[in-house]
Amino acid sequence: MLLATAMASIFLRDLFALVMLFGIFSLLTASFFLNLDAPDVAMTEAAIGAGISPILMLGTLALIRNTSAPRVKKTIRATMAPILAVTITGAALIYATLDMPYLSDPLAPAHNHVAPRYIQQSLQEIGIPNAVTSVLASYRGYDTLGEVFVIFTAGIGVLALLGFMYDASGRRYSQFADTASLNNHTILHVISKITIPLILLFALYVQFHGEYSPGGGFQAGVIFAVAFILYAMIYGLEAVYKVVSMRVIRLTMVVGVLLYVGTGVASLILGGNYLDYGALAHDPVHGQHLGIILIELGVALCVASVMLSVFFNFAGRAAVPPDAMEEGDKST
Amino acid sequence: MIVGLFNYWIVILMMMLGFYVVIAANNLIKKVIGLNIFQTSVFILYISIGKISGGTAPILTEGVEIYANPLPQVLILTAIVVGVATTALGLALIVRIKEAYDTIEEDEIYLQDRTL
Repeated sequence: MLLATAMASIFLRDLFALVMLFGIFSLLTASFFLNLDAPDVAMTEAAIGAGISPILMLGTLALIRNTSAPRVKKTIRATMAPILAVTITGAALIYATLDMPYLSDPLAPAHNHVAPRYIQQSLQEIGIPNAVTSVLASYRGYDTLGEVFVIFTAGIGVLALLGFMYDASGRRYSQFADTASLNNHTILHVISKITIPLILLFALYVQFHGEYSPGGGFQAGVIFAVAFILYAMIYGLEAVYKVVSMRVIRLTMVVGVLLYVGTGVASLILGGNYLDYGALAHDPVHGQHLGIILIELGVALCVASVMLSVFFNFAGRAAVPPDAMEEGDKST
Repeated sequence: MIVGLFNYWIVILMMMLGFYVVIAANNLIKKVIGLNIFQTSVFILYISIGKISGGTAPILTEGVEIYANPLPQVLILTAIVVGVATTALGLALIVRIKEAYDTIEEDEIYLQDRTL
């Protein structure tokens, strides 16, 4: 199934269908991850791959007003060269797999270095049952800090590319037209009013119960953002700006990263190493709990606000009438 | 052997499909989707390495001895979120390219660059 959808993406020329197919592909991947005993990863993939990325791609399609790729006549050389390159690379990689350990072999090198320690010691050292959360937030806190910075940087990049628009007199362009063409859909309005609070509640559950069940800052942040995006899609951007304005989102984006960095600095000041939460409280396990809660909160804030900021930038640009956009581009 | 290495072969096949789309597609959005397929194949590679036969999800409970390896799961969990952030950046670049060149077909952009 997975391969079939991936294969179809080569031949599809209609970009709209392609994006929808990509959503299905991601959902299949998520169920595959669940099969491989990775519920945390499956949850993330389902929320992101089947939720946010298709929305962003559709937003791009709306902006470029072009939903089909034209058929291009290619020379034989232009067709054969990529196929040749792909076949050779693939053959080399398959040859290399002959040395790899078999699937789900418990003696594989990957399972015999640090993994046993994470599984056997983390309950005493960190005190939370979800090993994925304790590795993510504590043992590999530096990695996660790096990832959060990458997300933050990407958010700033999108903001710089699409966010700022000026009108002819040089003022920041901020008048968004109402994107809601769905005002007459009563069913959508009623259903969304029922489901959006539940989505928000579920996001909070994933956030604060992430130490005991699958979940954590990354998933919660994404689910939180999805609730707002759904609201924006049904009621228009104006309605969402009344709840969270762009200014608030930019602020929470920074606060999220600073909370993470600040937790590390706090543990430095209290006499531990950077991001060594044991120093945060008298009892090291208590300190670990506190530290993990703080940085998961930072991660969730940063992820949610970056996702929202990216979506608002795409949707806000689509909402600006084309003539205003040209004027705005001249003055930038 | 065929059953044991099956996961790698699926991953490689998918990786090569994504790779082919990236180098052969002319449309920039198709390229981004190809890149995403490539990326997903790497995710599957890592998660399938973390699987242990007879194991369960790495949430420590009483009476369970074998767990899947949590480390690859952590790496991929964060990689997925980073992946969507970078995809968004790529899409934003495509929007700007469309505004500047009025096309998202690679050969037309190349042609316009050459005639400048």
